[in-house]
Amino acid sequence: MNAGVATIKTAAETELAQVFALARGSLPGDDAVSAQREAAFGVFAKEGLPHRRVEDWKYTDLRALMREAKPLAPPPDAVAKTLAKSAGALLGDVETRRLVFVDGAFVAELSDLANLENGLAVGSLADALSGSDPVLTQHLGKLAPASDVAVALNTALMGDGAVIRIAAGSTIERPLHLLFVASGKPAASFVRSLVVVERGARAMIIESHEGPAGIDYQVNAALELFVGDAAHVDHVKIIGEGADALHVSTLAAAIGAHARFNAFSFTVGGAVVRNQLFLKFDGEGIVAGIRGATLLKGRQHADTTLVANHVAPDCQSREVFKTVLDDEAHGVFQGRIIVRRQAQRTDAKMMTQALLLSERAEADNKPELEIFADDVQCGHGATAGAIDEDLKFYLLARGIPAAEAEALLIQAFLGEAIEGIEHAGLREALLETVAAWLKARK
Amino acid sequence: MVLLEIKNLHVEIDGKEILKGLDLTVNAGEVHAIMGPNGSGKSTLAYVLAGKADYTPTAGEVLFNGKNIFDMTPDERAAAGLFLAFQYPLEIPGVATMTFLRTALNAQRKKRGEVELSTPEFIKKVRETAGKLNIDQDMLRRAVNVGFSGGEKKRNEILQMALLEPRVAVLDETDSGLDIDALKIVADGVNRLRAPQRSFVVITHYQRLLSYIVPDIVHVLSAGRIVKTGGKELALELEARGYAEYQEEAVA
Repeated sequence: MNAGVATIKTAAETELAQVFALARGSLPGDDAVSAQREAAFGVFAKEGLPHRRVEDWKYTDLRALMREAKPLAPPPDAVAKTLAKSAGALLGDVETRRLVFVDGAFVAELSDLANLENGLAVGSLADALSGSDPVLTQHLGKLAPASDVAVALNTALMGDGAVIRIAAGSTIERPLHLLFVASGKPAASFVRSLVVVERGARAMIIESHEGPAGIDYQVNAALELFVGDAAHVDHVKIIGEGADALHVSTLAAAIGAHARFNAFSFTVGGAVVRNQLFLKFDGEGIVAGIRGATLLKGRQHADTTLVANHVAPDCQSREVFKTVLDDEAHGVFQGRIIVRRQAQRTDAKMMTQALLLSERAEADNKPELEIFADDVQCGHGATAGAIDEDLKFYLLARGIPAAEAEALLIQAFLGEAIEGIEHAGLREALLETVAAWLKARK
Repeated sequence: MVLLEIKNLHVEIDGKEILKGLDLTVNAGEVHAIMGPNGSGKSTLAYVLAGKADYTPTAGEVLFNGKNIFDMTPDERAAAGLFLAFQYPLEIPGVATMTFLRTALNAQRKKRGEVELSTPEFIKKVRETAGKLNIDQDMLRRAVNVGFSGGEKKRNEILQMALLEPRVAVLDETDSGLDIDALKIVADGVNRLRAPQRSFVVITHYQRLLSYIVPDIVHVLSAGRIVKTGGKELALELEARGYAEYQEEAVA
């Protein structure tokens, strides 16, 4: 602490301490879990909410953006569960196995738990914490960076989430859909999920977050994902929160040798969004595609922060992130590729592009490379700009009206990222969402 | 019947006057060639007709089918039947040629109050037209003009023209960058569209294209004005003698 700088706790910081004090006795888990919670809360107590002088949070000053901390959401009642039945529309008609969480709590009767495929085990975090599940004790908290304040708060206050294990060699055809729905209470939920995909297994995990507009609810979600050697895993996160929600989420993954891994983040909702990806390339010969598309309007603020940490040789990663900003929206992309000394022959290329539809919109792109190996192919690029007037004129001159011409160009811009999704149905569903977003413009 | 009537047209770009009182009358069924040296205002004429921003008309008027085109947006002009074949067709990554063509055709039909074409009807129409222009299916699947050769881009312009069936087509240096085979394909595509109710304004620097698209009337554009008008033999004269005398005339 610098001399002369007094730490004044913000209202939200004080409230978070109260929330923890009130909940600590009743949160699930044994003594070891309690100790984990206390340690994690200690990180927050020491650091406070991250602010603009913390480099990793430079563009998303949570201390300023988070004016208050909401109380923990109560368990969902019948009304909340009924509202949740109509959720998941963003996915169109993609066939998935749904695990539904309402206000952060697992709701078995809304979830598809029948006829689980061979090799698939699913459960709730609350149950696993209460029953000292060995998968849990072995994996929980091993990947999410403990020093990150968002993660620390999640660990301290985690109430429920999904615990999924996919046995070695199994192929789970139906995508698993973790559907997180806020029912509309001005409350906070802290969900923590754990997904372990063992050697050679194949699965797709879709995580979606949604809720009603007009309610300033808060979500802190974290998912730890273990991708075994030679496994093939797709992770898709859809952030479609209500227009007044605060959403902070973290994907922390460790990827094993010769695995194929694809991650896609689709951000369209929320007032303030921070989407963190911490990816560790833990074994050699991994091929990964990390992509994202973000559509923001009004005064939305969304930050995607990615750390791709290459610690093993001969891995390939492609990162493509696209953001479309209208009105006074603020988009942030921070991407850091780290190549450790032993990660020779890493081939990593990152591109981030922002398309500004309004003069008042703002895009901050911060790509970084930290390379300690000497035989690598790494690169990054960042662009920000308006719609190309010459391209637009070409479309106009062919008789396409201005709004339609812009929509075509915006779809094409995002298409470059969305086309990377291997699942055709999901790709279509997201393109539909983009089309609907464009239609709602003006 | 007069399709396009340009009267005393003055046009500025960034405060600099490029067209300085241009007059041109195009009747239905006619092919006009506009020739002139670089910088005479040929492309400016093409762009101002199509409605490009920053090309500001400061005086005069342009009537297209009796209507003032400066009251119409670029897409309205296109739907009304005005087509510009670009000198440098743009590449549009991420937009498939088929999507582009269908969106354009149906947008125009909609604006004119016509029924939009169904996907099978549209595909049939595109295939027929593309076949005549030696455009293969693979080109149609690719993004608009991305990775196309110069010749392919120009053929794509003619394909668009053939599909959109304009009343007046302005061809801006469609011959530039074409080898003789591509030139013949393009000219053949244009000639096939010649009809009593349709007119063409062919802008070119060289006479070569006019051996294949034979004009009814040839104009010389110099320093922003039409300085001479004649028959098709005027093009040959220009080829032999160059533009020097007209440049001097304009300066004087």
